[in-house]
Amino acid sequence: MNGPLRRLSSVVVLLFAALFASSTFIQFVDADALNNRPGNARTLYKEYSRQRGPIVVAGQEVARSVPSRDDYKFQRTYPGGAIYAPVTGFYSVIYGETGMESAAGDLLAGTADQLFYRRISDLLTGRQPQGATVELTIDPKLQRIAWDALGSQRGAVVALDPKTGNVLAMVSKPSYDPTPLASHSETAAKTARQKLLDDDTRPLDNRAIGGRLYPPASTFKLITAAAALSSGRYTLDSVLDGPAQITLPGTTTALANDDRRACGGGNKVSFTDAMRISCNTAFASLGMSLGQDVVREQAEKFGFGQSLRIPMPVTPSTFPADLNAPQLAQSSIGQFEVRASPLQMAMVSAAIANGGTLMKPNLVARVRSADFQVVSAPPPVELSRPVSRQVADDLRTMMLAVVQNGTGTKAQIDGVDVAGKTGTAQSAPGRPPHAWFTSFASGRGGDVAVAVVVEDGGKLGDEAFGGTVAAPIARKVMEAVVR
Amino acid sequence: MALVTPGPARTRRNVELALLVLAVGIAVSAYGYLGLATEGQLPGDMVTYGGLLAVFSLAVHAVLRVKARYADPVILPIATAINGIGLVMIHRIDLAKHRDIMNSQSLRQMMWTGVGIVACGAVIWFVRDHRGLARYTYTAMAAGLVLLLLPLVPFLGQEIYGARIWIKLPGNLSFQPGEIAKILLALFFAGYLVTARDSLSLVGRKVAFLQLPRARDLGPLLVSWVISLLVLVFERDLGTSLLFFGLFIALIYVATERTSWIMIGMMLFAGGAFFAWTLFSHVQLRVAIWLHPFDPANLDNSYQLVQGLFGMASGGLLGTGLGQGRPDIVPFADSDFIAAAIGEELGLTGLFALLLLYALLVERGLRTAIGVRDGFGKLFAAGLAFSMALQVFVVVGGVTRVIPLTGLTMPFLAAGGSSLLSNWIVVGLLLRISDAARRPAPSTSALNLPQIPAPAVIP
Repeated sequence: MNGPLRRLSSVVVLLFAALFASSTFIQFVDADALNNRPGNARTLYKEYSRQRGPIVVAGQEVARSVPSRDDYKFQRTYPGGAIYAPVTGFYSVIYGETGMESAAGDLLAGTADQLFYRRISDLLTGRQPQGATVELTIDPKLQRIAWDALGSQRGAVVALDPKTGNVLAMVSKPSYDPTPLASHSETAAKTARQKLLDDDTRPLDNRAIGGRLYPPASTFKLITAAAALSSGRYTLDSVLDGPAQITLPGTTTALANDDRRACGGGNKVSFTDAMRISCNTAFASLGMSLGQDVVREQAEKFGFGQSLRIPMPVTPSTFPADLNAPQLAQSSIGQFEVRASPLQMAMVSAAIANGGTLMKPNLVARVRSADFQVVSAPPPVELSRPVSRQVADDLRTMMLAVVQNGTGTKAQIDGVDVAGKTGTAQSAPGRPPHAWFTSFASGRGGDVAVAVVVEDGGKLGDEAFGGTVAAPIARKVMEAVVR
Repeated sequence: MALVTPGPARTRRNVELALLVLAVGIAVSAYGYLGLATEGQLPGDMVTYGGLLAVFSLAVHAVLRVKARYADPVILPIATAINGIGLVMIHRIDLAKHRDIMNSQSLRQMMWTGVGIVACGAVIWFVRDHRGLARYTYTAMAAGLVLLLLPLVPFLGQEIYGARIWIKLPGNLSFQPGEIAKILLALFFAGYLVTARDSLSLVGRKVAFLQLPRARDLGPLLVSWVISLLVLVFERDLGTSLLFFGLFIALIYVATERTSWIMIGMMLFAGGAFFAWTLFSHVQLRVAIWLHPFDPANLDNSYQLVQGLFGMASGGLLGTGLGQGRPDIVPFADSDFIAAAIGEELGLTGLFALLLLYALLVERGLRTAIGVRDGFGKLFAAGLAFSMALQVFVVVGGVTRVIPLTGLTMPFLAAGGSSLLSNWIVVGLLLRISDAARRPAPSTSALNLPQIPAPAVIP
């Protein structure tokens, strides 16, 4: 019987070989696919069992994980509250992550490639794995000032450092408290989120970089002017046609100045003055004379149409395609279907402030591993050169005039040269306009470029202008930097 | 030319002692690791646990030294190691499910370990020669069938999860008589086949290319086999019926040395499986979740399998670490799916190690079968070893989707008193038979013949 017994042993070997093969398939070959399958709660539990790193602003944690006595082991809380919610986003068991929680997600969770060595040493020393700390570029003083300055109005404020692209403030109102969304209780999180979704004021939108975007209105004239100056056909002293209104070619529609008056004597206005008093007709004609390709190209150089990651994804601002002359006229003054985010308009000011070089906006100052070693400190990155230094200087001259004795006098700061541009955007017939202001200033305390948008005219409603509603807010922010 | 010098046969009991120390060491350090991972400190009763395990296994070791000096040295340490790891894993699941002392599965398992090891020692002590067991061939058949039928008795049997394979014992304990029946029927098959093997292999009619034996030769065997299969099917214990089927075919092949039996076996299996699939809805369900576990239509029923797969995948190559995974998400993680829990927490490497332990145990059993000199011993040892191999294949194969799930559990590893008891009895029997296999033939000096000097170098 020994022969068959030996053959029986071979059968046993085959049986075990099949088991080795099948278990290898599940635990090695197919493991990643199985782990990433929807419905696999284990990956979530694993992520939760690591202490997620905090998001820090100037040494203070605005988002952090504290130990909790349940299956999830750590609870995410937001000491920064609603002020920082548009920046931090939230980290929810059920709804995933948004904002920086999402954009820097793998750093905070400790799974990023840069943290590889840390993970290995955690493995070897048996240390509890922890996520990295993400330090933001935000200045808490500015963030608070911008938040308070907006008050009960809806809108957004973005402040950039023109030399580095660092985002010094990013406020969006109305905002929300992220902590209930991070609740481990499914019902609590669901209720909180539903309440926010049902809210018509859309508190979950980050109006600074996304949401529905706004027509930039007269702030877009900076781009039209830049295109004109860069074309070589116009200079600061050029004289433009600025009647009280013009008829859009091929139509019977009129495009008028806000005050229904001519911009200058004899329907003529200097380039600087056209910017100073925000002359619609002059810029509309300018746009039509330059042609849509030139204007569009200039807009794109300033960042329009670009999908940026700062590292949060920014909704690209848009300059429409295939414009006929009337549409181009309206687009040249920032209406029609032109849409811009406050970040985009802050980038325009920042580029002009920085001698024509646009730096990439960036929210992350530094990433530290759990033992405070700096893992990465992203250096400033140049995004593009929208205008030459000369053109930037010319634009600055125009913008100084706007604040000194133009539409933006409410942004003046004692002893400081403030350059700005107002905008009052018509959004829909019968709806109050959005109030815009974008500006830059520099002083002993530093340099800053700001963009403010106040939705639906804020407190002044139908009577609102960029210069009256948005400029004061920008002033407060700039003042805190330059002094 | 080779120099051939006969040497004294070595009992290898010291090797066994060293391996036992290793085995207990593995189990105790697993327990320690678990404590460190879950509570940050070594468990307080680590020494007690290690001590108990050591005492039990050393007791059997002592019995072996006295009563079966030439027994295989590897079998006992492997069984101890697997049992110990099983205890740690079951404790780990107790912790995860926050079970209190009353419901602690690990305490219960420890108790049954003790019972099992005592039974193992008893088998080695009281069964002096395995050949004596052949006298009980027909008794074993009767007893085996009775045990299989017990759960069907109205007030004695319990139906749990749709299967009627349990009986109630005093003290609120459940027992699976099928586990003991497995040993008895293996004994019966071995005993019957060893006497009938000649007529089975030589006499018979040729049907097509198959040589079929006469009905009277095959009779008792076939009858008892068919009855046991029907009973198991009636009790909805398809796993054990698969086991009995495989055992029968393997033994009859080994006994008759005719491969035609394997053919017949395959055809019968294919037919039976198809029959079962068409007739029984729960078989259809199991096949459906085996083939399409992630199909939304099946998700309600395939939860256990799917979670087991997720668990194993999350373990990956090195595992999540004892106490650091989520094996408790899988239903019956301490019994049916303990292999998945091992895969999750100890990784693919841990699962391989475990499978290799089983493979080694089976290999020692088959080696015993090859080495023992009498036919009954060969068949009995081969039957016991092969049934263990088949059981491991069916369980891990179900968990890793090689075959559909059955109700079988891992020998020594899974929580289950009757399984533990029967597997320790199997170990006792294998040790007894291996002693006979490895014991040197009695020397001729006992007959007082003149000593023939050992041959010198053979040129």
